[in-house]
Amino acid sequence: MHPALQGLFTIIIGVGGCIGYFYFSNQFLDKVLYPARGPNAGRNINRANIVRPWLFLAPAILALGIYLVYPVIATLWLSLTDRDQGGAFVGLANYSQMFGEAKFWEAMRNNMMWLIVVPALSTAFGLLAAQLTDRIGWGSFAKSLIFMPMAISFVGASVIWKLIYDTRPEGTEQIGMLNAIWVFFGGEPQTWLTIPLLNNFLLMAVLIWIQTGFAMVILSAALRGIPEETIEAAIVDGANPLQIFFKIKVPQIMGTIVVVWTTITLVVLKVFDVVLAMTNGQWETQVLANYMYDKLFRSFDWGVGSASAIVIMVLVLPILIWNVHNVRKEMR
Amino acid sequence: MDNIAGKKSSLTWAVHISVVVLVLAWLLPTLGLLVSSFRTADQISTSGWWSALSSQERNVPAIRVSGEEVSDAGLYTISGELFPDTDAVVSAWGTSSRAPQAYAPGDVAELKDGATLTLDDKGAFTLTGPASFEGTRLPRIFSSTATPPEFTLGNYENVLFSSTAAAGVGKAFLNTLTVAIPATVIPILVAAFAAYALAWMEFPGRALLVATVVGLLVVPLQLALIPLLQLHNSIGIGKGYLGVWLAHTGFGLPLAIYLLRNYMVGLPRDIIENAKVDGATDFQIFTKIVLPLSFPALASFAIFQFLWTWNDLLVALVFLGTDDDTLVLTGRLVNLLGSRGGQWEILATSAFVSIAVPLLVFFAMQKYLVRGLLAGSVK
Repeated sequence: MHPALQGLFTIIIGVGGCIGYFYFSNQFLDKVLYPARGPNAGRNINRANIVRPWLFLAPAILALGIYLVYPVIATLWLSLTDRDQGGAFVGLANYSQMFGEAKFWEAMRNNMMWLIVVPALSTAFGLLAAQLTDRIGWGSFAKSLIFMPMAISFVGASVIWKLIYDTRPEGTEQIGMLNAIWVFFGGEPQTWLTIPLLNNFLLMAVLIWIQTGFAMVILSAALRGIPEETIEAAIVDGANPLQIFFKIKVPQIMGTIVVVWTTITLVVLKVFDVVLAMTNGQWETQVLANYMYDKLFRSFDWGVGSASAIVIMVLVLPILIWNVHNVRKEMR
Repeated sequence: MDNIAGKKSSLTWAVHISVVVLVLAWLLPTLGLLVSSFRTADQISTSGWWSALSSQERNVPAIRVSGEEVSDAGLYTISGELFPDTDAVVSAWGTSSRAPQAYAPGDVAELKDGATLTLDDKGAFTLTGPASFEGTRLPRIFSSTATPPEFTLGNYENVLFSSTAAAGVGKAFLNTLTVAIPATVIPILVAAFAAYALAWMEFPGRALLVATVVGLLVVPLQLALIPLLQLHNSIGIGKGYLGVWLAHTGFGLPLAIYLLRNYMVGLPRDIIENAKVDGATDFQIFTKIVLPLSFPALASFAIFQFLWTWNDLLVALVFLGTDDDTLVLTGRLVNLLGSRGGQWEILATSAFVSIAVPLLVFFAMQKYLVRGLLAGSVK
């Protein structure tokens, strides 16, 4: 069967199945199991209402359980076993092997740089763009264009930026923007992506370019939510625009800045496509997610691969706990 | 509002200029790719894309005159076009490498043996001589030309439809579509029911479930790859579309439930309680009232999920595989970057094919995307 046709069938079966499940399970509950009539009508209605939430939730819980909860536990287990020994328990051997690899520490070092630079610059540019576009006539048009890279895949963005970093031999015309500018100011053409350390920042630029729009959209909404009185009061007191921005506006949207920062941090921790497409971790640009992919699908070392996935999970954990904590506080 | 007396106009100008700079910085990379995708391989590799917009001056390497000889009243003539395929305009020309710009267009150059050569500004040449040129080496013409901006659709034709399928991008486009649409549609309904239960039904453990969903929101899907691949293999799904659809559904659910629940909680309590008083069941309230009212949130999530599944590389690589038959656009692009790193005409065009659909969705549905982002970032 043609995959597109198969897709259509899956949509029909999936959606139809969902509707059917929800409809008939509710009917079953109300008509057969606990009918709202006869001597126990009142008791039956109550019982039905106790069961019903779980009918609504069952498919979601099942899917979440299989596709997210189970894999976390299974990965933890895989990281403690050795595939070559038939899955025997090996304790922390995979971790100690991983910690002994220079490539892992290179990935850790780079990831830490990504974690500092990308959220900081994305948030800063986003805040700048939000503030500047807020009060001008064509602001929403400008926002749209800055926001646009959000829709572009990491791989597409990598192609776009690889063209910018392209290098031609000295003497011929440069077709990459970076080298063209560099040569214009008297430099010699560089193969940018092979220069250690600098190339990390060139890769980060891709993600910053994508994420700035996200930061801008969220922060712009937060800026608009600031009560006008506080700003008016500051103007009356003779504050200059910079003071208004840094002393009045920024403190009031600090909560949102933290949210933006943590959200981008999560994206950074999972970044894989950009590195795979542009350098594939060569020239000291390895990051954890790509290191993990290398281990899992190129050297088929599931133990060490799973161990590095757990490292990513551990790095995510503080944010996870923080988010859960906030939501629980909110729900009380 | 930045109305500090006397500073207004200069400050406003500074703001406008800064925004122009920002927008250009964010737009130029994509524009470069778009312009490149309409240029020929030769153009891309000899000049930057930014010069494609103005006419290009260049010194054309020597071209040897050739053509049919016509004899008339003792004069032998060969005439033809130097640049039959382009609209190049000649600014100067010459007949030797020592003086490649000796003549202006329309000048007549005296060659040996009484022959003359002339070239007009459109590149049409006429070589005239008293004796037949048969058996002699015809002269070469050096020229400096200006070519007006020139664009071609050839790359797109080549990438999408050519049978050599230099890139196989057309196939990959269909594959991506096949992955993205079911993976967008299926999670919506499952999530909507769960979100309703979490928003409007009272039951023990509700707060815990919401917290769990928020927690799962940030679990890196890297953790899920191997265990799920094993699971798929053991229950007979293996690598294929079904596996990708299921995986995307599972990975998309936390965001879907979270977004929809946040939205549904905000619906007016009166409507729902009135309906309950009137004897409507939860199932009826959900399908008749809550679902239609939640359309904006459903749209937001659908856009997110579509962009995410269309742009995804990792899930498709792992659960669909890397065969030519099933490769999605992002996977195809990564392969092209490896194998045809220098062929920018193919790369740029393929990349643009892959980002065109998300861009279209983005510009058409931006309102919902922004709304979803605002609701979806954990407060």
